[in-house]
Amino acid sequence: MIAALNLTKIFKDRKRGMIAAVDQVSFTCRPGQIYGLLGANGAGKTTTLRLLATLLQPTRGTATVAGHDVVADPVQVRAHVGFLAASTALYGRLTAREMITYFGRLNGMTDAAIRARLQVLAGELDMDEFLDRRCDKFSTGMKQKTSIARTLIHDPAVMIFDEPTLGLDVMTARAIVRFVRQCRDRGKTVIYSTHVMSEVEKLCDVIGIIHAGRLVAEGTLAELQARYGERDMEEIFVKAVGGEAALAAALNT
Amino acid sequence: MNWNHILTVYLKELKDSLRDRRTLISMIVIPTLVMPGLMFGVGYIMTKVMKKAREEPTSLVILGGAEAPGVVAALRAEPKFRIVEAKADYRQLVSDKKIRLAVEIPAGFEAALQAGEPKTVTLYHYEGELKSGMGVAAVERFLRDFRERTVTERLTHRGLPVSLVKPFEVKRQNVAPPEKVGGNIIGGIIPYMIIILCFTGAMYPAIDLTAGEKERGTMETLLCSPLRRVNIVLGKFLMVMTASVATMALSLVSMGLSVVAGGSLLGGGRAAAAASSAGAKDAAAGFIPLLDPLGVLGVFAMILPVAILFAAVLLAVALFAKSYKEAQSYVSPLIIVIIMPAVLGMLPGIELTAKTALVPILNLSLVCKEMLSGVWHWPYIALIFGSTTVYAGVALAACVWMFNREDVIFRA
Repeated sequence: MIAALNLTKIFKDRKRGMIAAVDQVSFTCRPGQIYGLLGANGAGKTTTLRLLATLLQPTRGTATVAGHDVVADPVQVRAHVGFLAASTALYGRLTAREMITYFGRLNGMTDAAIRARLQVLAGELDMDEFLDRRCDKFSTGMKQKTSIARTLIHDPAVMIFDEPTLGLDVMTARAIVRFVRQCRDRGKTVIYSTHVMSEVEKLCDVIGIIHAGRLVAEGTLAELQARYGERDMEEIFVKAVGGEAALAAALNT
Repeated sequence: MNWNHILTVYLKELKDSLRDRRTLISMIVIPTLVMPGLMFGVGYIMTKVMKKAREEPTSLVILGGAEAPGVVAALRAEPKFRIVEAKADYRQLVSDKKIRLAVEIPAGFEAALQAGEPKTVTLYHYEGELKSGMGVAAVERFLRDFRERTVTERLTHRGLPVSLVKPFEVKRQNVAPPEKVGGNIIGGIIPYMIIILCFTGAMYPAIDLTAGEKERGTMETLLCSPLRRVNIVLGKFLMVMTASVATMALSLVSMGLSVVAGGSLLGGGRAAAAASSAGAKDAAAGFIPLLDPLGVLGVFAMILPVAILFAAVLLAVALFAKSYKEAQSYVSPLIIVIIMPAVLGMLPGIELTAKTALVPILNLSLVCKEMLSGVWHWPYIALIFGSTTVYAGVALAACVWMFNREDVIFRA
């Protein structure tokens, strides 16, 4: 379960002064549900997810993730979260097994528990062939699989995905999407950020549209289609953010 | 603080670093192979050059001398000298280093000598040039002997005792025990080497573990784990310390061994080595076994807080950078900041006082020099250890503070 309440993050910028990267964002995501955070570049998706993963501290507001408050108890939040982003890379000089074991240990697991869990994950993700090879020699697909196993080693209740398909080839991207669905089907709480409209349509149970740090629209695909009178997600998105001019203005700041 | 977490991070960083060719080169290959090789090589070449310069006869031109056949014959008879035919451009020859010097014997020299009139022999040499300097010293020695012989002859001739012109003798006698001589001679160099090695050993891993991780995108991965930042910092810090101390220890051991081995191989001897600055390292060959082992242990104990200080400062500075390259440009100028106080400590006028004991690095340099010569100023040692520990603690706290700053970790 994720419940964000008036989550706000203000950055100081030398040129632009105080910038609200996330501005009073509130939403709820329940177990067994995929919450899609849709927004253009710089809309505040990554900052929101970093706040939920406690990599950043909110300026105002708070959020409860897996029953723990992100401000009061960030360590417990991280212990129950699996965070996967384009910016969470692998240690190139470690093997996949060492990488995953390291994160198992950091999560306080015993070596026996790690071994057992890794065997299951390697089977599910078809990793056995490259488990003992160094990550710097991996293809993109192998890297993603290893990253997924890394986020799942401690079997977290909440999964946070920050544009996980960014820059991936079609096959790998499809595998990721399939995997995200599996997470939902196993009852995990999943939040997924992207700027790819088709992924949101296919994947997300609830869609939140974020623009200039604010959550401007929220609902299921059907609800949004009804509200904006459009079938196409892209059209819905453009209407929700206030038209193409508003989108262009936000991208230029 | 959670020691289990710190240990997990440390062991992972250690494994990761030992698989990195660049760390291996800076931590193991350079200290154990390149440094002693360089020292041995330079020492060997210097000794060879010096030996050759000493053994080679002094080439000189005699100017005048037609009226001083006795002196000229004595010069020619001396095997250490090689007389070159007199030429008008003798100055040019000296400048071009074709000859070491020119000896100008004034007209009527021997006649004036007989008559007891003082005359001046001029030596034309090239100031600052090693071979010319050696040649001048040899000719001066020869002429001094010649003058003394003349004086002795005159005194005997007049029936006077030689002691008339030499009423007393001067003799030197060393009272310092050999290990103190060793401490004084290399006591200045050892702390200097240790300080530099400690710093350079920490440099590469400090960058790799901070800016390097940011650049490769693994920092965010690590920060997702349920660890408090302080445990991550301490794990990384221990790895940087390990690299720093390993670099220093490996360098010292291999340099010590190669100096001892090289010294006995080259057989340079102390007197010969004292002739040149590079020879000072050679001189160590004779002295290192005589160094006070307690002093060496003391130096290692004193270096510990400094290694902590270096590791913490380097981590904090490198963490601020976005990329490996940026970190290098912040860290490289720090070497000068480290070297200056270390060099100051080698200067003879600067002594250990309550004030200098508070200056980091300089205090280490000074106290190590004393400890290696067997002098133990306990109050200063305590003050230096204490103050450096405080500095190191502050630096480590600053490092943790930096890791907790979002604008540093996610600097874009």
